[in-house]
Amino acid sequence: MPTFATTVNGIAVTAEVDPRLLLVDFLRERLGLTGTHVGCDTSQCGACTVHLDGRAVKACAVLAVQAAGREVLTIEGIGSAEALHPMQAAFREHHGLQCGFCTPGMIMAGLDTVRRHGTELDAETVRAELEGNLCRCTGYHNIVAAVIDGAAAMGSAAFAPAAG
Amino acid sequence: MFTFSYHRPASVDDALALAAAEDEAKYLAGGQTLLPTLKQRLASPSDLVDLGDIAEMSGIRVEEDRVVVGAMTPHADVAASAAVRAAIPALADLAGRIGDPAVRNRGTIGGSVANNDPSADYPAACLGLGATILTTVREIPAEAFFQGLFETALAPAEMITAVSFPVPLRAAYEKFPNPASRYAMAGVLVAVTPAGVRVAVTGASQAGVFRWTEAEAALDAAFAPEALVGLALPAEDMIADIHGSGAYRAHLAGVMARRAVARLLG
Ligand SMILES: Cc1cc2nc3c(=O)[nH]c(=O)nc-3n(C[C@H](O)[C@H](O)[C@H](O)COP(=O)(O)OP(=O)(O)OC[C@H]3O[C@@H](n4cnc5c(N)ncnc54)[C@H](O)[C@@H]3O)c2cc1C
Ligand code: FES
Ligand code: FES
Repeated sequence: MPTFATTVNGIAVTAEVDPRLLLVDFLRERLGLTGTHVGCDTSQCGACTVHLDGRAVKACAVLAVQAAGREVLTIEGIGSAEALHPMQAAFREHHGLQCGFCTPGMIMAGLDTVRRHGTELDAETVRAELEGNLCRCTGYHNIVAAVIDGAAAMGSAAFAPAAG
Repeated sequence: MFTFSYHRPASVDDALALAAAEDEAKYLAGGQTLLPTLKQRLASPSDLVDLGDIAEMSGIRVEEDRVVVGAMTPHADVAASAAVRAAIPALADLAGRIGDPAVRNRGTIGGSVANNDPSADYPAACLGLGATILTTVREIPAEAFFQGLFETALAPAEMITAVSFPVPLRAAYEKFPNPASRYAMAGVLVAVTPAGVRVAVTGASQAGVFRWTEAEAALDAAFAPEALVGLALPAEDMIADIHGSGAYRAHLAGVMARRAVARLLG
């Protein structure tokens, strides 16, 4: 089995993997990073969204070996229960989740939206940007409000992004 | 997935050598089509040659009257490119309407064109704008490249390196996406070029992307949405599935064509 080296949430990781292993299964089963979810396993729902070299990707449609030499960022890497990332805090504030299954993917997609559109977002942009993320509970309204507010909080002077 | 060996060469030459050395090797670009296919065990390549490290295959170059997009350029980069927006806004617009943001971050123009899905968007851009597909051995005009459902002129192991689009006078793309998959139920690119109007339709026909020559003639005579009224695509040649009948798609293609023309006049 090939050995590969990658960086996950700023930490260097070396592992021996079958080339067929999906990135999402590597994260969940080998690294125990179960914040990244598997909803559909068919590229439809976005529950598995992580960042690969800074861009949102569906980790169920990426091989673990494709992450060799690249940087992976998961929901565990952006904040902690003690110190929530502003985007996470906004989801709590706005009740942007019910069962929470879609939430990590929504947050990682929301951060990708901020990367490309900046911190001042309108509802139309956010709805279009979340096209690949499905939620079975909330009806999306509060998710959209959370992303708009989370983005705005990231733009405020109080937020200094953590390294990595 | 069936088992395979994984390679990630750093140059086109190394990739070609790897693909030539194995009978059943496949190129891996964004993987947005190929990996789901492997997961469903619909393909069993012996080797995957990942093109993701080949810097020379990625990026956008604008020449005097052409836009050249490297095969490994993701849809998101084409959509966001100021150079593409300036030269062929319809191309940036089309790329920005493929799938969803995560798919656009991974999926590439080379993979999309090589796959030639009958409902994919880029084939309409290639045929409608009169693009040339550049490969490791030759240059193939779009007309000769797309050969029906999932069929192209590519020989085994032949690799697309870039797609070169001539800059039209103006062009617009209109798409009715399937609300679930976001692939085109019908997508129409209308381009006004020095040699006349070109109309390419994707998503609708059982034979994949095609040029709607009757619409081109009608628009050459009078460039207005009304010129297309009364033109009918043959319903029996259109895709009929749970999402829509052949007659529905034939009608939808006409609506998308009229909208594209209206947008160019608006
Ligand atoms: C949820 C979802 C929604 C989508 N919606 C749309 C949509 O609305 N419109 C649309 O057009 N597409 C859509 N797609 C498809 C997407 O655009 C794919 O990215 C694209 O079809 C394939 O590109 P890829 O880079 O991922 O190629 P891959 O999946 O890596 O490869 C596809 C095929 O092309 C071959 N190949 C790849 N690169 C080359 C090359 N340079 N030379 C020769 N052969 C090559 C591979 O061997 C493989 O056979 C969607 C996909 C998903 C998952
Ligand atoms: S689990 Fe990856 S998109 Fe649904
Ligand atoms: S909160 Fe349950 S799926 Fe979104």
